[in-house]
Order: sequence, then C-alpha cells, then structure tokens
Amino acid sequence: MSDLTRLTAAETAEAVASGKTSAVEVAEAHLARIDAVDEKVHAFLHVDREGALTAARAVDDKRAKGETLGPLAGVPLALKDVFTTRGIPTTVGSKILEGWIPPYDATLTRRLKEAGVVILGKTNMDEFAMGSSTENSAYGPTGNPWDLTRIPGGSGGGSSAALASYQAPLAIGTDTGGSIRQPAAVTGTVGVKPTYGAVSRYGLVAFSSSLDQGGPCARTVLDAALLHEVIAGHDALDSTSIDAPVPAVVEAAKLGNVKGMRIGVVKEFSGEGYQPGVEQRFREAVELLRELGAEVVEISCPSFTYALPAYYLIAPSEASSNLARFDAMRYGLRVGDDATHSAEEVTALTRAAGFGPEVKRRIMLGTYALSSGYYDAYYGQAQKVRTLITQDFARAFDQVDVLVSPTTPTTAFPIGERADDPMAMYLADLCTIPSNLAGNAAMSLPCGLAPEDGLPVGLQIIAPTMADDRLYRVGSAVEAAFTARWGHPLLEEAPSL
Amino acid sequence: MDLVSYEDALASYDPVMGLEVHVELGTNTKMFCGCATTFGAEPNSQVCPTCLGLPGSLPVVNATAVESAVRIGLALNCEIAEWCRFARKNYFYPDMPKNFQTSQYDEPIAFNGYLDVEVDGETFRVEIERAHMEEDTGKSTHVGGATGRIHGADHSLLDYNRAGIPLIEIVTKPIEGAGERAPEVAKAYVAELRELIRALGVSEARMELGQMRCDANVSLRPIGREKYGTRSETKNVNSLRSVERAVRFEIQRHATVLKEGGTIVQETRHFHEDDGTTTAGRVKEEAEDYRYFPEPDLVPVAPSRDWVEELRGTLPELPRVRRRRVQADWGLSDHEMQSVLNAGAIDLILETIDAGAPADAARKWWMGELSRRANEDGVELSALAITPTEVARVSALVVEGSLNDKLARQVIEGVLGGEGDPDTVVEKRGLRIVSDEGALGTAVDEAIAANPGVADKIRDGKVAAAGALVGAVMKATRGQADAARVKDLILEKLGAQG
Ligand SMILES: [Zn+2]
Repeated sequence: MSDLTRLTAAETAEAVASGKTSAVEVAEAHLARIDAVDEKVHAFLHVDREGALTAARAVDDKRAKGETLGPLAGVPLALKDVFTTRGIPTTVGSKILEGWIPPYDATLTRRLKEAGVVILGKTNMDEFAMGSSTENSAYGPTGNPWDLTRIPGGSGGGSSAALASYQAPLAIGTDTGGSIRQPAAVTGTVGVKPTYGAVSRYGLVAFSSSLDQGGPCARTVLDAALLHEVIAGHDALDSTSIDAPVPAVVEAAKLGNVKGMRIGVVKEFSGEGYQPGVEQRFREAVELLRELGAEVVEISCPSFTYALPAYYLIAPSEASSNLARFDAMRYGLRVGDDATHSAEEVTALTRAAGFGPEVKRRIMLGTYALSSGYYDAYYGQAQKVRTLITQDFARAFDQVDVLVSPTTPTTAFPIGERADDPMAMYLADLCTIPSNLAGNAAMSLPCGLAPEDGLPVGLQIIAPTMADDRLYRVGSAVEAAFTARWGHPLLEEAPSL
Repeated sequence: MDLVSYEDALASYDPVMGLEVHVELGTNTKMFCGCATTFGAEPNSQVCPTCLGLPGSLPVVNATAVESAVRIGLALNCEIAEWCRFARKNYFYPDMPKNFQTSQYDEPIAFNGYLDVEVDGETFRVEIERAHMEEDTGKSTHVGGATGRIHGADHSLLDYNRAGIPLIEIVTKPIEGAGERAPEVAKAYVAELRELIRALGVSEARMELGQMRCDANVSLRPIGREKYGTRSETKNVNSLRSVERAVRFEIQRHATVLKEGGTIVQETRHFHEDDGTTTAGRVKEEAEDYRYFPEPDLVPVAPSRDWVEELRGTLPELPRVRRRRVQADWGLSDHEMQSVLNAGAIDLILETIDAGAPADAARKWWMGELSRRANEDGVELSALAITPTEVARVSALVVEGSLNDKLARQVIEGVLGGEGDPDTVVEKRGLRIVSDEGALGTAVDEAIAANPGVADKIRDGKVAAAGALVGAVMKATRGQADAARVKDLILEKLGAQG
C-alpha cells in the first residue's frame, strides 16, 4: 500500500480488517515516521515500540483466527502522558513524576487496549496540563508541524503535533480549559471535549477534577467520532461518570447535515484581542453554515466575560489540593533523603525541585483562594459565576441547537513569545473555558488558514450536555464542504517535514 | 505544679465539655475503594491505587458506610441531610496518601440530635451537633527518638492498610451543667455511644483496638458566667476509664492555671494512661487552615426520605431500653444492674446466654471469676481472651456434670492463657470429673483399705467421719471426682446410711 501514515483511522481500520495491510505493518510505518520526524517535532515523551508491536500482532492474530475486530482495531494512537499506563512511564510532563511506572491502567487506556487500538507512546504536554503552548513541559517544548518555531497549542501539544505530522492518525487529549480544542485549532486538526462525565477520569492524573475531561483528537471528524465511541461510557470507578448511553456520534458524523438546524454565534467571542484573519475565517465558516441550510442567529452570553477569572480561581484551587499528594513519600522524585532532612523537609525540597514555575504559580494561587477568610470572595464567587455561565448556556440552547465561535483568538504564536507573560498565555483559552465550567460538549475543527500568517484557524462548535452527537453532525458537514472547496484536507497544505 | 484539688476546682469553676468520637465502621471494604478492612493484616497488603492516593486514582463512596452513617444518625435522634457533600480537608502528613482527608465539612449527613445517658440513676441529655463521614489515615510508626512521634525519630514506617477505612465522627454540642459529674457524664456518654454503635451492628467499637477513639475538649468558666473559657483538646483517649480521668485531670489543670492568674492555651494535649496526666502536643506556629472545599471527585449524597424511613424501621432496641428489659428479666436490683453495666458485661452476658448458658450462670461467670481476672490484668472484660461462646461451653460442662466449679475455673484459666478452647483445655489438662464408677470404686476401695480405723467408725454409724475418706479419694483423683458421689459410694460400701 502507499504511505500508511497518510490514511485516516477509518481507512486504516478498514485496510487492516480487510487484510489489505496488517496492523504490524501499520504500526511499523508509524514507528518509522516517528523515527524520521520526532526529533524535530518532539511530540512524544516515550515511544513504546515493544508494546505497540505486541498490540498490533494481537490484532493480526485475532483477524487470522477469524474473530471480529472492533472499528479501530489496529489503528495507532498517541496517548497524552496524563493517563496512567501500566508498566509504561507516566510523567504528566513533570519532573516530579520522572521515572514513575504506574501499576495500573486508566479506564481509558484499558478501553483502548480492549478495542485493539495500538498505543504508540505517550505525548508531550504542559506540566500537569497547565498551559496553552506545551512550553511548560519539564521535558522541553514541542514544535508545531506547520512551523516548528511556533507552539502546537497546549496543554496537549504533543498529541496535536503527532497528528499534524502524521506520526499517528489518532490521539488522546484532556481538556480542562481548552487543552484539546486549542491545540487542534492551531495545528489544523480535530479535537473534541466531550460532555463532562462522558469519558472516565479514572487514571487521568488530575489537574482540576471538576473540569478535566479526556477526549478524542484526530485528523477527521469521523475518526474523532470513532475514537469517541471507544473511550466514552459509564465507569463505576469514576463517581462523576455519566450513567447513560453514549450519544450516537459515529452515526451523526456519517450524517453530516445542518439543514434546518439553528446555530448561534456567540457575540462575546469577537472584537478586541481577536486576530483579523481568525475573525475573517470564522465569518466565512458562519456563511458556509448558512449556505448549507442552517439558520444562524446571534446569541449573547454576557457572563462568558467572567469565565476566565472564574476559571483561574477554580482550576488552581482544585489543583492545589490534587497536587498535594506529590510529597516524595510513595512515588516519583525524592530530593534530600540523605538522613539529614526531616520528612517535612524532603517533601518541601522535592516539591521545590520537581514542580515548574507555572505549576508553582497555580498551587500558590489556589492555596490562597481557598484560605479561610478568602474562600467566599474567591472560590465561592467563582462558583457563582460558574452557575451564571451554565444558565447562559441553558438560555442559549433554548434558542439554538449549537453555538459557534473561533476556537482561539489567534493562530499559533512563536515559542517563547508569551512564556514570560502568563496573562497573555491565559487569553488563548478565552473561548474554550466556558464549556469546561458548564460541563457541556465542544469541538474544534479547521476552517482555513489565516491570510496574514498562513496558519490554521479553528472553528469551535458548542453543544449542550449529552448532545455530543450534534458536534459531529455539524462538524462533518462543515468539514465536507470545506474539503470540497479547498480540493483537499487543510492539513495537506502543511509543509512536509 | 501542684494541682488544685478536684473539689476546689469545682467550687470556683463550671466545666464545659465537648466530645468528638471517631468510630471505625465495620464495613467489609474501605470508604472509597474496594480494599478489605481486616484488622491486623500484613502492613500495606490491603491497598490499591485509590487508598494509596496514586496519581489518577478516584474515590467511589461505599454505600454500606452511608447506610451505617444514616442509621447512627437516626439512633442519635438526628435529622438526616436530604443532600450533602464530601469535602476535602487539606493538610500534609505522611500517613495521609493524598495529603487531604476526604471528610464532610459544613454539610454533615446527620445533625441536631441527642443521646440520653444515665449517671447514678439520673438521666442527662447530651446534645449532638453532627455526625459525619470521613476516611481514616494510614498508621505511622516512628522508630528511634524519645517521644515516639515523628519529630526526633530516626525513621518512620507507614502502613496504609488503615488508610481509607470508613469513620463516623460524632460531635456533641457543648455539654453544660454537668458540674462535678462532668467526668462521669463524659464516660457515660462514650459508654452509651459504644453500646449504641454495637447494638446497631455497625462497628465492634473496641476502644483498645482504636475502633472507637475519643477527643475530649474541656474548658472552665467562673461559676455564674455565660461565656465559655478557652478549651484544650485532649486527643485519642482510648478507654472509658481514661475519658473520665482525662476530663477530671483537665478540670484540675485548668483550675490550677486559672487560679495562679495564668491563661489557658488553646492546644491539643496527649493523655498518659500511666499517671493520668495530659501534656501539651507540639505547639503550631500558625493556626491550621484546612482549606476545606467540596470534593469534586464525588457526587453529592442524597438519601431519599423513603429510604431513611425504611432504615428507621430497622433500628434495633436501643441500649437504654434493652437495659431496663434485661434488668427486669434477670430480676436484678438497681445496684446489681449497675455493677453489670460498670463492668461492661451486659453484651457479654447476653451473648453467653444466646450461646446456651443459663442466665444466672452466665452472669456469675462474667461478674465473678472473669471480672476478677480483668481487674487483675487491668483490662476491660471484653478484652479478655475468652469469648461468650467459650464461657457458655464451660457452663455447659458444669451443668452436664463434667466439671465442678473448681475445675471450671482451671479451664477458664487455661483458655485465658491461650491453651485453646474449653474442650481442648479439659483434654490437655485432664480436668474431667472422674465419673467412671469402676475407677472411682477402686479409689474408694483403696481409701477404705488404707484407713481401716476410719472405716470402722463409719461402719459404727459415725457418718461424719466419711469426710476424711472423701478427702483421700479426692486427693487420689486429683480433685476430678464428684465429692458427693464419692461420699455416697463410701457409705454404700461400708453399709452406712447418709
Ligand atoms: Zn484501596
């Protein structure tokens, strides 16, 4: 077959199932691609060659025995290094977990394995998923395959870069404030944050428990839907997991029709701070939706302007508590254990050495926000904003089926540009954060290249809680129309590495 | 420092107490994971990612623990929350795997209740502020150093088997008006609570195993004043007697400090069983700020009203009610009943009866021989190494005539000494009464032959002289013969009438 790394996941699965190729051939092709380009991209923190080939061989054996294969059997995947993998290092992009080998698989990891998905390795990320550029990784930044001097988004920059550089057709991300959608937007790929509770968090190393949500990343909407169906579903090990059938996302992706749908444009996500080329491509996408038969209206969600400050109180508050367990007592880094320091000192020395500056900043922020005397003014107020945002969404979804906005106000910025300006960095998640606070579903998919810099722009589609299927229905209609207009998928315009 | 006498302390001050009792629930699995809770297992053998706090792990609430919490709340006459959440209590300590304890903060599952306790026949109502669910910490053993605490230790060993065991914390409202009886009220409250917990079957509540632990807050205010004084919190007082002693000591200590013009420092203190005193815990430089916030990894607990009413219907007879019934059944005077209660023997006696012993025999063994042994060893009755079933077996052996009281006491001694169950001890020590007529007859014949003078006297009708022969036979059988039977045999053989 021609280059196996260029196939979509759906095509790959079909080729494996029909015997046109083998899972081992597919895995080897991707491992070779990783060898060829990842030194430049740095998408992976750990490549599990052995594990990938073993998994691929198992799929081929199954097929040889005539057993039925799952819809993604034999398809390689890049797993964000935030999910635990038994026997395989899991660092969360942090020095504090360097060398930790988890004794258990995350539920998501287990489901991937059971589906015959071939896990190639673990991808780079901002430390503890805190960041929008992957520059906060303790293991060095990842380059954007469109321009290696630019950021691939974050925190899941390793996953988005792996997709955009054809190192894997599928990837897993986690989205706490936009960490799936913003990387997808700036790399010209597709990323979905499912409804909170749709994908089990068991084994997802927590940043902010009430916001974290694992989700699918891919190069096409259908591939994302196929992956969504594999990883979603109730899990008794996660109390916040939704005990209801997974919306029919694959069916919706295959349907791809917006005729008669009501679509709302969020008024608050435009204007100052938005790159002109981003706004232009977004307007064209809205126009396209109209042409495809959707009714487009403008919707105001006034409380969304408070989403960013509320997020930067809630997420760090939860993080300050979630990250307390890294105390050098049971696993990971241990500094100062030389018989001269007390246990308390070893904990302090380890945390000082093991956490990077952004993680420390957020631990301090959260510790402060939860302190007695400040709790009501900060954490308490932020929870009220969260309620208001949820109400704004509810009102909006009374009027429309989905909302749309740019995924992120700008295209990929150069590595280093915002590294010393946390506020500028935080603005990258302006449009994505409200859905994390409200828990509803959202997707980012490519809607063109910004004329001024030739870099990908993302269209965000936002659906109500447990209506994830609408994302795929709208997303695949947009994708099909744009692909027809451009004559090829957007990613083909990326420079070859 | 010379302590002010208890009487002098009470002459000037009015004690106010607050009691916080932690009860380990006897669920088969932990509060938030499926790990076993078996006591005394190999360290760190009952652990999993969740109770070790491994990155990525998540908690799931144990439904049985919630049910136990609701039943405890109902038995304490509490209101049961329609909706409540868990909260994280954040602080660093090596035996706490996540460095936060999953507990409840401002939304306890049960609140506003009371428990009536009796002190010297008078009823005293202790108001309950709240009962909430939380998880236990692991257990640290600090090796080296003088104090057995983490500071100054050479190294520490951590066992996480206990981490995540379900706890219910029951907190009283300030207990006022107990006056000089404060220490007794404290003890009676903890005792009553323990009875209640056991009656509910939610925990064995064995204080000596740490299944029930009490923190006692004590403050004094000058008699006639409204405002509470500064309190001290004496941690982990682990027997009923210690609760009483610790409260009494703290009352005297506070009075001493106050009388000398000093001020009471709000602090935690440790109770010392050996001399009955308390000493200050480590002084913290800053007030602990636990930064409570709702646990985002768990969903709220919302016990439906129907379920709560269903549970109310399953509440057992409350200990106070049962005590009155038992007293009537056994025909005990108030005084006799009080000794049974003071000895903590009521459950043991009832269980012994359940195991088949006659009521008076069960009471006799526990209140007699076994109480004596417990006193000698300085332990509670329930801590003795003998079970009600074993006591019932001893009693059965006496009833069937295999043992007399003297032998039965030896059997009990053997059981307490770890020689095995009663039958094993009888076997090993060869303690069965000699009832084999042949063997006994031979022993009697030998005794008669060895004491011809005495035998003649008996033949002459001096029946009283038989005692000497009985003694000889008993000696020969090492006390294992039934003395009455021996006497009958002697008289029979010598043709005399008893
Ligand atoms: Zn466990």
